[in-house]
Amino acid sequence: MVTLTLNGLGASYGRVKVLSDVSIDELKAGSVTAIIGPNAAGKSTLFKRIASLIKGTGLVELSGSESGPRSICYMPQDTGANAVLSVYESVLLSAKQGSSWRVADEELTEIDRILKALRIDDLAFRGLGELSGGQRQLVSLAQALIRNPKVLLMDEPTSALDLHRQVEVLNFISQTAKRDGMIVLIALHDLSHALHYCENTIVINGGVMAASGDTASVITREMLRDIYRIDARIEHCSRGKPMVIVDGALHD
Amino acid sequence: MAVSAAETTVTGREQYRALAFRRIVILVLLTVALCFSIALDMALGPANYSLSEVLSALADPAGVAAQLRVIIWDIRMPIALMAVTVGASLSVAGAQMQTILSNPLASPFTLGISAAASFGAALALVGGVALFPGAIQYMVPLNAFLMAMAAALFVHFASTMRGVSVETIVLLGIALVFTFNAALSLLEYLASEQALAAVVFWTMGSLTKATWPKVWFTAGVLVVTVPLFMKDAWALTALRLGDDKAASMGINVRRLRLQTMMIVSLLAAIPVSFVGTIGFVGLVGPHIARMVVGEDQRFFLPGAVICGALLLSVTSVVSKMLIPGAILPIGVITALVGVPFFFVLIFSNRRRAW
Repeated sequence: MVTLTLNGLGASYGRVKVLSDVSIDELKAGSVTAIIGPNAAGKSTLFKRIASLIKGTGLVELSGSESGPRSICYMPQDTGANAVLSVYESVLLSAKQGSSWRVADEELTEIDRILKALRIDDLAFRGLGELSGGQRQLVSLAQALIRNPKVLLMDEPTSALDLHRQVEVLNFISQTAKRDGMIVLIALHDLSHALHYCENTIVINGGVMAASGDTASVITREMLRDIYRIDARIEHCSRGKPMVIVDGALHD
Repeated sequence: MAVSAAETTVTGREQYRALAFRRIVILVLLTVALCFSIALDMALGPANYSLSEVLSALADPAGVAAQLRVIIWDIRMPIALMAVTVGASLSVAGAQMQTILSNPLASPFTLGISAAASFGAALALVGGVALFPGAIQYMVPLNAFLMAMAAALFVHFASTMRGVSVETIVLLGIALVFTFNAALSLLEYLASEQALAAVVFWTMGSLTKATWPKVWFTAGVLVVTVPLFMKDAWALTALRLGDDKAASMGINVRRLRLQTMMIVSLLAAIPVSFVGTIGFVGLVGPHIARMVVGEDQRFFLPGAVICGALLLSVTSVVSKMLIPGAILPIGVITALVGVPFFFVLIFSNRRRAW
């Protein structure tokens, strides 16, 4: 079984320390973990640090699989691209990094499968520049999934999606995680999504880990007050599922 | 939605294969057009030879009159081939500048490399200043080359500095253009009439300075550098998705950008120092390639090579045809030929071109 352990991760931009001492024990294959916290808390930095895209202190240990360059995949927040490439080509591009010019039929079939699963197969030969923000997020997800990573780090993958697509994508991700034994970390702003789809939650605030553990035990009235500075309740709906109800913002 | 049964069964895989095939066909057609243009280029010139005479001189150099042989082999062929190597070099240089800077305006001309070369040449022509002591007979191209490399390296090292964005680099390049143009004007103002004429002619860019060694040299640079880019085709294409995305695909973005800029500097500086300022090809060649074969570098790179070569070769033909008996400086004609063609492409293109 593949597990991911983070050991005292830290990072600095120049002299400014933006992340320090984030440690997590043994995230298991098939698990989905939410990374939550206010804007500019260090969520993206944590992801980049885990994916070794930036240097810093601490250790990332991926055990139970031969770790290659493709085992940890970071899906950045979409910034929009003006490249003259179709959706299909951009996904192929992600699959083919570091390999030969020749494209095998199986590789193309796999792209077809993923585009279909994300229901963007009708966009396959649209240019990237013609897509809406939500469509671009789905393409980014396809680009990440085609690499078949052991660990998938997603930076706000649903922020531009409509409600239907949000639910669809989060369901698809947790199913894929279970089926392929993938470890998924998702930076989320919507805490109800965290409650619904993620077993574990890590709270990042001001570059440090403020809390971590079982989602229901982490997302509490006190945490929302201290970290998000909102007055909120966690109530259970008629079907017994927890949800966040916000009563207002707190002022100092 | 009314979608016919036939359409729904076409998989992305088949569509992709068809697209790739279409692109290969386009590249082959462009290559055929290029061969045709080269042949036409060699058939045209102040001395009137029929096409069959030219062909026989090509097929059997020993069997034709010495004058014909010399004109075809030593005058026209270097010019025709120089158009190809220079066009291809500038176009590839422009293509990769646009790729790594993610800016449609990047080209050897707009980043100040051509302007720097002109200034270097003018230093030699007006002041007799040799930046590279010794080889006096090669003073002009050497000066041009050194200044062009200096400008390219300046842009290159500026781009390595922390906090310098790609937009800043393009701005820097444009500032370099103005600086070198001002310095050039100053030199021209101070120059003697004879030197002024030489400078003006040089900056117009002309293929008549072509010789076999120059052809071999520029071709050699292409043969060495293009495969280096081809090796990185997937990574270079991914750069156009943005730095974060490229990095997430496992690409060392910084190293790739630096390495590409180094090679591009050579590709841009060498042809300019041999033939003077030919501005248009490096900007538009890659855009035409992008419109016809897209931006997957496996197609885009050969596309840029062929489009640049074709653009300059056709220009060379036109420069001989406009005024019979005279060969107009090619730097003047490039834009005249290229712009209308470029406009047609832009306005007829339904897809986004950048």
